[in-house]
Amino acid sequence: MEQLSLLEIRDGVRAKKFTAVEVAQHFLDRISKHDKAINSFVTINDRALEEAKAFDQAGDFSGSLAGVPIAVKDLLCTDGLKTTACSKMLANYIPPYDASVVTRLKKAGAIVLGKTSLDEFAMGSSNENSFFGPVKNPWNHDFVPGGSSGGSAAALAARLAPGAIGTDTGGSIRQPASFCGVFGIKPTYGRVSRYGIISFASSLDQAGPMARTTKDCAIMLEAMSGKCKNDSTTSNEAVPQWSTKIRQDLKGVRIGLPREYFSESIDADVTKATLEAITALKARGAMTVEINLPLVKHAVSIYYLIATSEASSNLARYDGVRFGYRSEKAPDSLDDFYASNRGEAFGSEVKRRIMLGTYALSSGYYDAYYSKAGQVRRLLRDEFLEAFETCDVILSPVATTPAFKIGSRISNPLEMYLNDIFTTSTNLAGLPGMSVPVRFSSTGLPIGVQLMATHFNEQSIFDVSAALEEDFRAGEKAPHGI
Amino acid sequence: MAFNDYEAVIGLEIHVQLQTNSKLFCSSSAHFGGGDNEHTCPNCTGQPGALPVVNEKAVEFGIKTGLALNCSIRKDSVFARKQYFYPDLPRGYQISQFDKPLCENGYLEFTLEGAPKRVTIERAHMEEDAGKSTHHGDYSLINLNRAGVPLMEIVSAPEMRSAQEAAEYARTMRKVVRYIGVCDGNLEEGSLRCDCNVSIRKRGDSKLGTKVEIKNINSFRFIEKAIEFEIQRQIDCKETGEPIVQETRLYDPDKNRTFSMRTKEEAHDYRYFPDPDQLVLEIEQAQIDAVKAAMPELPASRAKRFVEQGLSEFDAQTLTQELEIADYFERAAGKNPKAAANWIISELMRELNESKREISDSPIQAEQLAQLIALIDAGTISGKIAKTVFAEMWSSGKNPDVIVKEKGLTQITDTGAIEKIVDDVIAANPAQAAEYRSGKEKVFGFFVGQAMKASKGQASPDVMNEILRKKLKG
Repeated sequence: MEQLSLLEIRDGVRAKKFTAVEVAQHFLDRISKHDKAINSFVTINDRALEEAKAFDQAGDFSGSLAGVPIAVKDLLCTDGLKTTACSKMLANYIPPYDASVVTRLKKAGAIVLGKTSLDEFAMGSSNENSFFGPVKNPWNHDFVPGGSSGGSAAALAARLAPGAIGTDTGGSIRQPASFCGVFGIKPTYGRVSRYGIISFASSLDQAGPMARTTKDCAIMLEAMSGKCKNDSTTSNEAVPQWSTKIRQDLKGVRIGLPREYFSESIDADVTKATLEAITALKARGAMTVEINLPLVKHAVSIYYLIATSEASSNLARYDGVRFGYRSEKAPDSLDDFYASNRGEAFGSEVKRRIMLGTYALSSGYYDAYYSKAGQVRRLLRDEFLEAFETCDVILSPVATTPAFKIGSRISNPLEMYLNDIFTTSTNLAGLPGMSVPVRFSSTGLPIGVQLMATHFNEQSIFDVSAALEEDFRAGEKAPHGI
Repeated sequence: MAFNDYEAVIGLEIHVQLQTNSKLFCSSSAHFGGGDNEHTCPNCTGQPGALPVVNEKAVEFGIKTGLALNCSIRKDSVFARKQYFYPDLPRGYQISQFDKPLCENGYLEFTLEGAPKRVTIERAHMEEDAGKSTHHGDYSLINLNRAGVPLMEIVSAPEMRSAQEAAEYARTMRKVVRYIGVCDGNLEEGSLRCDCNVSIRKRGDSKLGTKVEIKNINSFRFIEKAIEFEIQRQIDCKETGEPIVQETRLYDPDKNRTFSMRTKEEAHDYRYFPDPDQLVLEIEQAQIDAVKAAMPELPASRAKRFVEQGLSEFDAQTLTQELEIADYFERAAGKNPKAAANWIISELMRELNESKREISDSPIQAEQLAQLIALIDAGTISGKIAKTVFAEMWSSGKNPDVIVKEKGLTQITDTGAIEKIVDDVIAANPAQAAEYRSGKEKVFGFFVGQAMKASKGQASPDVMNEILRKKLKG
């Protein structure tokens, strides 16, 4: 069953080939069998079977995700189910409400299996910054699964769930999807409600689906998207049924190749994967267009100013007053109380980013940093919009390398940040971006390519993704021992 | 002597709590009271993942306030985060407005000792309130019912020169916000709060002196006293060569003095930046027009209109203190606004005060008062009888014509009947009649009293006076 796609499971439930309880039980068994080695789940939903049973008894299988078990990144609030952001700060936090995304997925018939690991507060690209220990890449346990949605990507690759939810602030869906050989899309900013998703950087954060086929991603995204009354940044844009509109040929589709994305020092296997993808698309009738995005070289700098600034503010609520970690130490003063609670509970990467962001927003630095970054961000967006006048989809690598070894970059934050070079500009410009598995490296690690389109044009991305999926079948292969 | 060498420069920051049903960024109740932390939700307690969504009603009230203060309304105002740590501030930042406030460049007009004043409003912006901390020795408790309640912060230019002017500005502000129905203006419950910025400079200097902020003053009288004290304190500092420190001071009404709360060195860098959880607050002209169209007539303009109807300036001011009183007056005015004003100010308000009632709870409706005045003007009852009728109306709520009919209080205007009474009275008092005829005109009053008494007060005074005079002269 674990080899079935999400869609096949749903159809199986609808056709009464199996019950939602049987499906949930199957994946829960797999989690207990395989996840000790991978560490992708932080919390198992102990009511999953109960919920599946209630679903079977209700007998309404019309939902687009009827009876489908999913893994949810532990950054999304789940009513009554521990939500930790993989931080000591929230290690025992039980939210009083569901994130809108969770509500919508449940309404479509999905069963939440459990909560998956991430870098603390989604800050990281390797899943090594989790309070609950690093997640292993199912393809090779010495390697990272990527981050921050590393738990969701690893769980999918290990066939512990047929679908998962990730979030993406600067590449946190796409990079782990690439590292683990699965599909993952960050939709257009405003497509999906952020309500109930623990904020990292509000103007960049978007949740998105991760799965093992293009169509599975599309179906999940259909269920997740749309205007939400609890998030004023969600768009009124109509939500198309992407999954039913995927085109069969790519004749006349213009694939933009940004010169700047190919001039970096890129791993040979990654280059190979990218070039092969281009060749495959051309063979299907697509044409390539060279485009220029000169401001992209500033994307990582802008990103780390904006993301850390917003994070420094968003994380101010974790003070130990109303919920969350509170130090055992008797405080000398109110300041000391805050310092102990926050000092003891936040990991070093989170602290680093809070400090960076606090600095960037400080009086006297605001104009030079945050404000300037915002200006360049708008120019970058304009640059992308101009590029999309000459092409439909931009294709690039997802990351400069395949998955790297656990521990190899953790001591060098700058090198870790530069890993986000191809993904951050998508968030800054608010564009949709997807990682599509294409091939494997010489060492057997998956490599994906990134597809980007203009605002609200997820359809073009799904079209190209489906073609690459059919040509490479890279998502079908399972890791050894799984 | 020294006092006159200096002039005070005063600016006020008034926080007005907008009386919406729900909070500024969530649907929790914004009403005063409730059990501890009863009016809260994931949003206003700062739960992870919760997001603010602006309350449209609060925005409407914000626009209304701005328009009432003659401000221009920004079509693209921005909510910004003001960041500081305090236990009753759930998110670690307050959502406020910074460089793009909703309302700017307005003014407020009032009169001070008969002279017209106009004070510039620099800005009025929307923000959320914080919660409330109470300290109990070695622990503190936090109530977040107030956290997220919508406020308008109204900032005047530093243009006022005296404590009296500042207090009158604040009183007028309260009147305006109550009038337009955005705030109940209750200083004790904190729905209107006033911070005063005070500095002094040598008369003739154009440079501003060091500013001191006095916070949390909860009555208009205290505004006046606190500023007076602060001006004198600063002059004393100048005269004795002691430096004036930029600081925040609190006013202690019991001791009638201000004392230092924190100095500028301890002040925060609030690291304001646009709230990334929200889009720019866009206001369309149509919305501004709609608010404008629904705006009640403001007190200043109403008072002016009342004066044009023949009221004294004092009466017009008194009747426009409260929207309800002004409305009552207009309904009672009928053909005789002056009489209505007199009845309301002297009789009705006294009764209301004595029974501690609001005008909305008055047992005498405005229309009934208008009928009473019409009865007097038509000569049906005398002014004196009217007071009896008024008292009966107050206790029974009945219409005046009903009372007059039931008690047979109709004025006697029949000349024959009055002549009979006058004849009887003169016949009964020959000595006094002789006195009058010998030139002691003072005795006339005695006859008026006797005749009125004999008519049980119902004789028309005009008719009776005329007949008395005629008959006494013989």
